[in-house]
Amino acid sequence: MLEFVIYKTIICVVIFAVSLGIAAYSTWWERKFAGLLQDRWGPSRAGWAGLLQPLADGGKMLFKEEIIPNVSNKFLFVLAPGLFIITAIVAGVLIPWAPPLKIGDTFYPLQIADVNVGVIFLLAVTSIGVYGVMIGGWSSNNKYSLLGAIRASAQMISYELAMGIALIALIISAGGTLSFSEIVKQQDEGVANIVWQPLGFLIFFVCALAETNRAPFDLAECETELVGGYHTEYSAFKLGLFLFAEYINMFVSSAVMAGFYFGGYNFPFAHEFYDKMGWQEGSWLISLTGFFIYFIKTLIFISVFMWIRWTIPRFRYDQLMNLGWKALLPLSLLNLVITMVYEYFRGNLQF
Amino acid sequence: MQLTNRSKQVSFKEMTVAEKIYFPAIVKGMAVTFSHLFKKRPTIMYPEQKREYAAVYRGQHVLKRDDNGAERCTSCGMCAVACPAEAITMESGERKKGEEHLYREEKYAKTYEINMLRCIFCGLCEEACPKEAIFLTDRIVDAEYERDTFIYGKDKLVEKMDKRIDVTKRQTPEVLAFKKIPGLKHNELYTGKLEKGKH
Repeated sequence: MLEFVIYKTIICVVIFAVSLGIAAYSTWWERKFAGLLQDRWGPSRAGWAGLLQPLADGGKMLFKEEIIPNVSNKFLFVLAPGLFIITAIVAGVLIPWAPPLKIGDTFYPLQIADVNVGVIFLLAVTSIGVYGVMIGGWSSNNKYSLLGAIRASAQMISYELAMGIALIALIISAGGTLSFSEIVKQQDEGVANIVWQPLGFLIFFVCALAETNRAPFDLAECETELVGGYHTEYSAFKLGLFLFAEYINMFVSSAVMAGFYFGGYNFPFAHEFYDKMGWQEGSWLISLTGFFIYFIKTLIFISVFMWIRWTIPRFRYDQLMNLGWKALLPLSLLNLVITMVYEYFRGNLQF
Repeated sequence: MQLTNRSKQVSFKEMTVAEKIYFPAIVKGMAVTFSHLFKKRPTIMYPEQKREYAAVYRGQHVLKRDDNGAERCTSCGMCAVACPAEAITMESGERKKGEEHLYREEKYAKTYEINMLRCIFCGLCEEACPKEAIFLTDRIVDAEYERDTFIYGKDKLVEKMDKRIDVTKRQTPEVLAFKKIPGLKHNELYTGKLEKGKH
C-alpha cells in the first residue's frame, strides 16, 4: 500500500511539474515560432535565445496590480481561473507517457490513472473546462466578457459532438476499448490509428483546435472584436492562470492526439529495435525511449497548433457554426458509418 | 482614370469544389508560412550589431577644437540663426590673457547649449558655421529619463582631445583643398606668438 502511495505521488508530482513546465515554455516557443514564421527572431533578450522569457512574464503577472471589478460576482470571479486550470490539468491524468516500468516483479504503468472509460472521462473533463470560461465571462459583468463566454460555450457544444463521434469511430477501429492506455498499446504493432482513421483524425484535430480555443477558433477572446473576450476584466495572476491553462490544454490535447492517432510511445519497428538492443520488457531503457518518442510527437503537435495559428485568420461566428454543424458533424457521421461497415466485414463488429 | 496598371477586374464566380473544401488552400497557406522559417531575417540586433551609417549621417553634434586643442567656436551665433528649430542657445565671453591655448579667437562661447528634443538634425548649423566649429556626427543621441538632460551643454558637445572625432569625410573636396592653402588665417594654428597685424 505504501509502495502504491509513493509511486502515485512521484508520478503525480512529475507529470504536474512537466505539464506546467511545458505550458510555460509553450509561451516562449509560441512567440519564438511566430517570430520565425514572420521573418523575425522572436524573444532574444531574456537569457540565451530568450529562454528566461517565461520567468520574466510569470514575474510580471505575479507582481501586477490585481483588480476585481466592483460589479462582478466576486466568488465566481475568483473561482473561474482556478476551475479552468484545474480541469486543464486533470485532463492530463489519463495520458500513458511510456511503456510500463518493471521494478522488482511489478509493472508500474507510467500514467496517473488508468481509467477504463478513459475516453468518456476525457470528453467529460474537457467539457467542464469551458465552465471556467463561462463563469469567468459571466461573473465579470461586462458585455465583452459575456459575449466571449457565450461564444466559447456555443463553440464547445457544437464541436464536442463531432469530436465525440470521431472518437466513437476510433474506438470501433481500435477494438472496442475505452481505456487510453489500451488504445495506445493496441498500436504497438507499428500501425498507428491514423492509417485506419485519416478522416477521423482530421475531424478530431479541427475539433481539438476549437476545444482549446486556439486560432482560427479563438472567437472567445478575439481582441479585434471583444477587447479581450472572456478575460477582459481579469488582471495580474488570474489572467496569467487563464493564459497558462490554455497552454496546458493545448499540451494535453496534443498528447491526446499523439496517443490516439499516432501511436503514443510506439514507433514503427519498435519491437525489432528493442530486441536488437537486447532490452527486456519493462526495462527502464524502453520506458525512457517510449517517453521521448511520445514527448517528441506531442511537441510536434504543439508546434503544428502554433503554425496554424500564425497562418489562418480567425473564423467568423457564422462560419464557425456552419463548419461545425454542416461540415464536421455530417463528415464524422459518414466516417462512423464507413468505419462500422468496414469493421463489420472484417468480422470485428457484431450486432 | 487609371493611375496604375495594377487594378484587377473582380469576379464573383461560384467557388469550385476544391475551393469550397478550403483544405487545399489551408495547406497552401501553411506551406507559405513554413517557407518563411528558412528565409533571411532583416533584423539587426541593435546594441551588439549596428547598421552601417553614411559618412554624412546627421547625428549628435560636436564642437571641434583645432589641432592645438583650442575651441574653434567664436560664438558668432550663425548656427543659432540658421537653426529652424531654435534649438541652439549660447552666451559669448571674451578671451582673457593666458587663455590663448583654450580659445582660438578673442571671442568664444561661454555656454553653448543644444536642446536635443528640439533639434531636427537638419545640419543647417553645420552649413552656417564659418569657423568649421560645429559638425553633426554619426553618433546617436542617447535616450534619457528626464527632459532637461536632453539639453546638451559644452561638457557633452565639445570634443575631447584624447577622443577626437574625424569629420573630414563630411567635408567637400573644395573645403579640404581650401584648408591646404597657406597664409589664410582660417588655416593657421595658434603658436604662442602671432605676428602683429595679421589678426
